[in-house]
Amino acid sequence: MIAYICRRFLSMIPSLFLASVIVFSFIHFIPGDPAQVMLGDQATPERVQQLRESMGLDRPLYVQYAKWIGGVLRGDMGQSIFFHKPVLDVIADRAETSLLIAVFSMILIIVVGVPIGILSAVRCNSRLDQLFSGASMFFASIPTFWLGLNLMLLFAVTLKWLPTSGFPSIVESGDWSNLRYLVLPCITLAAPNSALIIRLTRSSMLDVARADYVKTAWAKGLSEGSVTMRHIFRNSLISVVSALGFTFVALLAGTVVTETVFSLPGVGRLVVESLLRRDYPTIQGVILIVAFVYMLVNLLVDLSFAILDPRIRYS
Amino acid sequence: MNILAVFARRKIALFGLAVIGVMLAFAIFAPLIATMDPQEMNPVDKLTPPNGIYLFGTDNFGRDIFSRVVYGARASLLGSTGVILFSMTLGVLTGVVAGYFRRVEPWLMRLVDVLMAFPPLLLALVLVSILGRGMINVIVAVGATYLTRTTRIVYGLTLKVREEAYVEAAVSSGTRVRDIILRHLLPNMMSPIIVQATFTFAFSLLDMAALDFLGLGIPPSIPSWGNMLSEGRMYITRAPWLLTFPGMCIVLTVLAFNLAGDVLRDRLDPHFRSRIEGV
Repeated sequence: MIAYICRRFLSMIPSLFLASVIVFSFIHFIPGDPAQVMLGDQATPERVQQLRESMGLDRPLYVQYAKWIGGVLRGDMGQSIFFHKPVLDVIADRAETSLLIAVFSMILIIVVGVPIGILSAVRCNSRLDQLFSGASMFFASIPTFWLGLNLMLLFAVTLKWLPTSGFPSIVESGDWSNLRYLVLPCITLAAPNSALIIRLTRSSMLDVARADYVKTAWAKGLSEGSVTMRHIFRNSLISVVSALGFTFVALLAGTVVTETVFSLPGVGRLVVESLLRRDYPTIQGVILIVAFVYMLVNLLVDLSFAILDPRIRYS
Repeated sequence: MNILAVFARRKIALFGLAVIGVMLAFAIFAPLIATMDPQEMNPVDKLTPPNGIYLFGTDNFGRDIFSRVVYGARASLLGSTGVILFSMTLGVLTGVVAGYFRRVEPWLMRLVDVLMAFPPLLLALVLVSILGRGMINVIVAVGATYLTRTTRIVYGLTLKVREEAYVEAAVSSGTRVRDIILRHLLPNMMSPIIVQATFTFAFSLLDMAALDFLGLGIPPSIPSWGNMLSEGRMYITRAPWLLTFPGMCIVLTVLAFNLAGDVLRDRLDPHFRSRIEGV
């Protein structure tokens, strides 16, 4: 198992290298002089030349890449054009909000999506199943920003139960009641993703339910709960866990829209702000980190298969 | 049982078809259906709630929301159609090439796997910021994110179909590669590709609306449902109808295409068909 983990970890290196080349080349796909584009039309030629030299844009591409990736490996992702701070510090300042939203949304998705999916599969074709299937189809079709705005209108503006926007840092204030600022963003982000998990849990359980060993379990006279949870659910967990892994990364990307709707100081909003300000070093940093997280989650999901399914053996 | 009969048998699917029909009619016959010029400003009537004259009310410039929603269907559906054409054409091509020609497979699929590590919306945002705003650029940006998924699906299908006896027979009888792909591989992969196209249409509509909402999509001068929501959010408390109608159009259209996709998958995918019909 340890050898497999090491092998899988090493196999990430070529993918990470390729991802870093793609992220690096973003800046060079910009039509015209990247330094001029980043600083805007008002920038003086001296300032443009200064940025060109500081970013090494006047050097050959392979030298630029070597300098950039060398910095990344040492934890230096360059300077943010707008914030005049190291990119990693800018991202770290915003990470708290995005991580809290992603983690709490994920908990909500697991707590709501998986049990409803199980119930839908167990009561397949019943009225309850039709209700859940219809609702999940509806929520999967809603644009997150529209859902967020409507929740804000109802719960924050009309009923005044929750704050409309912003998020004072818990780390800085130590006040956990600030979590109320994240209730609506988490529901907004979790609703469409829960809908997808409900549909996936239901369909993978129905797939497993047709297997011979499930028929044998029924024939042995086992209780419904035992057959459902020990034989059907456990064996359908691989697809569910796999989908949950991808969902976590989708949540990180989903924060782009949700944080904009609720004016939250997170990494998602940082991406939009940086794109509008053409702060490409910051965008490169965020995207490289997200790609790394995706590959790491993928690895963890793969490793979890060995624990979830006894048929899978890694030597 | 043909597809239309399947749609007719399932009321919810029929509802989906009807919604798609209405939205298509909006897009095609917009000048005939719209009651006013979507760009015409009537400052005196700004932020008027829905009434007999302005069916869906007016926005902050006094423009008729109903007419803008009707014209918005044109931009939104055109955008998603463009995404389908772009991602399906290139995705099918690269998927077949990767699946059929083993030499290019490791490189091509490794690249696809790496590209899939970038969340679609983030990738689309970056591409739009590089290419610039505009309908074509947005189509290319969103289409590129779906291209990798289509490639992956078609690659898997090609691997499966190329092992079939009739393909082996065609290869051993000396049939040209182009003919094998066009006459034997593609026709036998069309069902899952059509299903994938339907879902891609639905999800690309959501992505394009998100880009519009973030201010990085179709230029604001073109009325699209996403642009209308982006402009309307400033008046969320004073004029909620600015959000209601374009938002409902997006939800209904995406829902309709998801329902259609489900029905097509049930019908075209033998695995699902057997479950439904108990074959």
